[in-house]
Amino acid sequence: MSIKEIFSTMEYGPAPESTEVCQQWLKKRKQTLDHFIDGQWVKPASEQYFDTVNPANMQVIAKVACGDGRDVDTAVAAASQAQKCWHELGGHARAKYLYALARQIQKHSRLFAVLETMDNGKPIRESRDVDIPLVARHFYYHAGWAQLIDSELPNYQPLGVVGQIIPWNFPLLMMAWKVAPALAMGNTVVLKPASLTSSTAVLFSQICQEIGLPKGVFNLVLGNGQTGQSIVEHPDVAKIAFTGSTGVGGHLRKITAGTGKKLSLELGGKSAFMVFEDADLDSVVEGVVDAIWFNQGQVCCAGSRLIVQESIHDKLIAKIKARMEQFVIGNPLDKGVDMGALIDPKQLSSVKKMVELGVTEGAELYQPSCKLPDNGCFYPPTLLTNVEPASSLAQEEIFGPVLVAMTFRTPSEAVQIANNSRYGLAASVWSENINLALDVAPKVKAGVVQVNCANMFDAAAGFGGYKESGFGREGGKEGLYEYIQETWLAKLPKSIDAVKKKVKKSTVIAEPASIDRTAKLYIGGKQVRSDSGYSRPVYDAVGVQFAEIPDGNRKDIRNAVEAANKASAWSGTSAHNRAQVLYFIAENLTARSAEFIKRISQLTGKTASEAKKEFDLAIHRIFTSAAWADKYDGQIHSPPQRVVTLAMKEALGNIAIVAPEEAGFLGFISTIMPAIAMGNRVVVVPSDETALLALDFYQVLETSDLPGGVVNIVTGDRDALTDTLAKHYDIEGLWYWGTSEGSKLIETEAAASMKRTWVNYGKAYDWHDNAQIESDLFYRKSVEIKNIWVPYGA
Amino acid sequence: MTKKNVKNTKSVKSVELCHRNPGIEFDLALISDININRSAIERRTASLVKRRTVKKDYQAAWLLKAITFIDLTTLSGDDTPGKVRRLCQKAKQPVSKEILAALDVTDLNIKTGAVCVYHNMIETAVTALKGSNIPVAAVSTGFPAGQSLHSIKLAEIAASVADGAEEIDIVISREKVLTGDWQGIYDEVKSFRHACGDAHIKTILATGELATLTNVAKASWVCMMAGADFIKTSTGKEPVNATLPVSLVMVRAIRAFYELTGVKIGYKPAGGVQTAKQALEYIILMKEELGNDWLVPELFRFGASSLLGDIERQLEHYVTGSYSASFRHAIS
Repeated sequence: MSIKEIFSTMEYGPAPESTEVCQQWLKKRKQTLDHFIDGQWVKPASEQYFDTVNPANMQVIAKVACGDGRDVDTAVAAASQAQKCWHELGGHARAKYLYALARQIQKHSRLFAVLETMDNGKPIRESRDVDIPLVARHFYYHAGWAQLIDSELPNYQPLGVVGQIIPWNFPLLMMAWKVAPALAMGNTVVLKPASLTSSTAVLFSQICQEIGLPKGVFNLVLGNGQTGQSIVEHPDVAKIAFTGSTGVGGHLRKITAGTGKKLSLELGGKSAFMVFEDADLDSVVEGVVDAIWFNQGQVCCAGSRLIVQESIHDKLIAKIKARMEQFVIGNPLDKGVDMGALIDPKQLSSVKKMVELGVTEGAELYQPSCKLPDNGCFYPPTLLTNVEPASSLAQEEIFGPVLVAMTFRTPSEAVQIANNSRYGLAASVWSENINLALDVAPKVKAGVVQVNCANMFDAAAGFGGYKESGFGREGGKEGLYEYIQETWLAKLPKSIDAVKKKVKKSTVIAEPASIDRTAKLYIGGKQVRSDSGYSRPVYDAVGVQFAEIPDGNRKDIRNAVEAANKASAWSGTSAHNRAQVLYFIAENLTARSAEFIKRISQLTGKTASEAKKEFDLAIHRIFTSAAWADKYDGQIHSPPQRVVTLAMKEALGNIAIVAPEEAGFLGFISTIMPAIAMGNRVVVVPSDETALLALDFYQVLETSDLPGGVVNIVTGDRDALTDTLAKHYDIEGLWYWGTSEGSKLIETEAAASMKRTWVNYGKAYDWHDNAQIESDLFYRKSVEIKNIWVPYGA
Repeated sequence: MTKKNVKNTKSVKSVELCHRNPGIEFDLALISDININRSAIERRTASLVKRRTVKKDYQAAWLLKAITFIDLTTLSGDDTPGKVRRLCQKAKQPVSKEILAALDVTDLNIKTGAVCVYHNMIETAVTALKGSNIPVAAVSTGFPAGQSLHSIKLAEIAASVADGAEEIDIVISREKVLTGDWQGIYDEVKSFRHACGDAHIKTILATGELATLTNVAKASWVCMMAGADFIKTSTGKEPVNATLPVSLVMVRAIRAFYELTGVKIGYKPAGGVQTAKQALEYIILMKEELGNDWLVPELFRFGASSLLGDIERQLEHYVTGSYSASFRHAIS
């Protein structure tokens, strides 16, 4: 076209980014991507390679080493070898290395961006303006945490060798999210990128070499899912950090169950994009673009469910359709495209199939008239209206540029629809009414809530999900805990697999009570008989049966969880009020100290003074939890944008607690108090030996203004009840102190619901040690951190 | 909605100032629900100029187009007939013949959209531009602050039209915006519109003094209701003049007004558009939010004095491959 013609058509024309430097780099590597282990480039033991392809033109970029267990062994050995030294270097030295990595990434930012776009198919605009700057930001940010580790995290230690498995949608960014905190905290890393996108991880390895990162601190093993599994199963790997599908996440939860490996999972999502009628609709349209057509919609937190107030539905849909007509799809290396290519033909066909399914189920399809390139994995931006919560597409993650739209009538219905999902990764709330927005944000079960914005990321703000979107956070101080552990926790003795059962001497009830008292279950604020109609004997310290307690079963657990759900108002009660109730519990319990102390010594054989000590410590624990109730609060993060990011600590919801058998009444009190102080409702299975005390205790609860259903006590066969709790879908957290087998069972069974588990792997906590039992750990486990992004500006 | 063709008999025009905005009744309901989210607006403009770009011959063509959008402006206390004649000459011949020849666009007859001056300079400009088809725009109504008697403002418009100004750039009373007197703005602009007669009316909002983007959107709407042919950001004299976020709000108001009435209103960012790159960003904004229909001088203008110089340098760079110097291009 001549200039004269362009003058009349005013078209944009091509604006391709050059790949020359990138091609030179690939040429220098002989189009071969190898492992990076112990500071060296290592060829795969299998001698096998596979191709990595540019999905925008289907041309092979390079061949990639196919790692197997042998390569993983070498890498883990190198990482183990390096870990002690890396840790002992100290925070300041590690900060300098992380800073150098950040600088070096910035120096080569365009090379990273072009390589990422060639390998992944995302627009160069996004890799250049979003991915790579965020990568550098993560290293800077975590250089800071390395520097501050001694003052800010003095009683923690690194985990050791960390295995990290990352997805193909943000290859380098997901790597940075995982590598930066792991290295900052003194761990060494074995990382496996997605088989479809290995290139930028190799370039990153080269940068590690260039800055002189000590050998073995960062190790890269390339390969497929099997390679990843070898990392997960390696006995010397202390932690697995995984980002990917919920299916694979569940599998990893199962295969790591009971091993004591720490696990963090960033999984799928079907995030709600909620639009209220007072929103700035033209801005909403761009929000939709950011939410679902960023990175071709291949974003775990993509706002893929448009939930619109009925009154503005037609108007908004018309605006979105008009905007879609402006879309440019094409060569991702062109600076003027909105969307590039999906990752591979398999993903493309999966997206196509999902859309076909939606249409079959009655959805109305809209795609703009934009032209798609003939070659490559391109798919147009897609809007499906006439979708209802019951439609498959409202529930299933599509992981492509497909938006489904539905309506709501009221704010509470909007929340209900938003939460009508197995997932809980992110949400957007659009309203110009700050009262409405800040009312809705905490009610949405999602780890990230974005008010009047979408797909906001920063190293300072934690990212991670609720429900089946996984657990653990990346970014912020909250993210650091995924890579450290309490020093005392690391040193716990392994001992309590065999708690001695008391010898039952007699079935005769000694000392008949003046009037027979029937201990019952405590569910929903009421004393109830067990569903089974059976009772279990209670023996005193010398083995004489002197009472009976209900033999609760799975139906009692079901009832207890339902009662806990009904007590959800407790989570919304002010922290001050919760503290007041806890203090009142302590007050009322103290009033009955003589009776409890006597019962403790009766059941456990402790001397009166030992029993008193235990009782006093229990009161101490209640006071500590009451004290924390209104102090273990949130934070405000400061990302570089003009925004406040509120890191709110929210109760998990329902926490089931299988109290430590060996710690009796003290264990019972020590575990339930932090949970309810933070606003959770609990279903607790007390220790067998001292269950009677737990049942005595409900009378104290009844007189202490604790709403019914906040604490539910079910006695019975611990193992059977634990199994029911682990499999229950309506429990958000499960804490367990018991055997290593029990711990394994819980982690295995919890994989289906992705509930947050906290188990002791058969290790013995010291329940008399305040440094352990009154530590931050108990409160951290009681809350979920939700980051609410609130941009502002008049 | 009636759209009437207006012929100005005073001079022949190549710029067809065709459809006028007849305006509509004042309707508070159209603006009462407007809520503009500044952060979202800023994100959109930041992303927009990264989503689209023009390179090489496309850039050259776009820059030539940008010249045709320029209201080449001088609005200083020390303006003299000599200075204005120089400006008019530049408007007629904004780019050197050599460059135009090298671009093979000589026959496009590139000239600026208008020349914009104070009332006292209208006659000089009209004389200097005779036969060029370049209209003269005059700032009016107590420009820039607008703090004078309403009757004087009306007289000023009438005098400028009588002197041959075909476009009148009026300023609205910011005080009325800040006190929420939307009916007052409507009445004021409507009376200005009436005084303009066949001359086109550009309403300057002075966005830098309206405090919020919501006020900018509401003021845009009220001016369009009252019959503005163009809405314009600034006088160039406020501390903050045209910006992309303000422009996005105003062009979205134009789009919504068009959807409601079928009438296309023009847009003129003024002040602060100094570089070729910025001009391209504004054109991208217009193209993406309003479409190609608005990429004509009848519907899009830059109020600028130094922009042309930078465009000339970029064009020369495109032609020669060497970076240019300002002394190589005629001053205005």
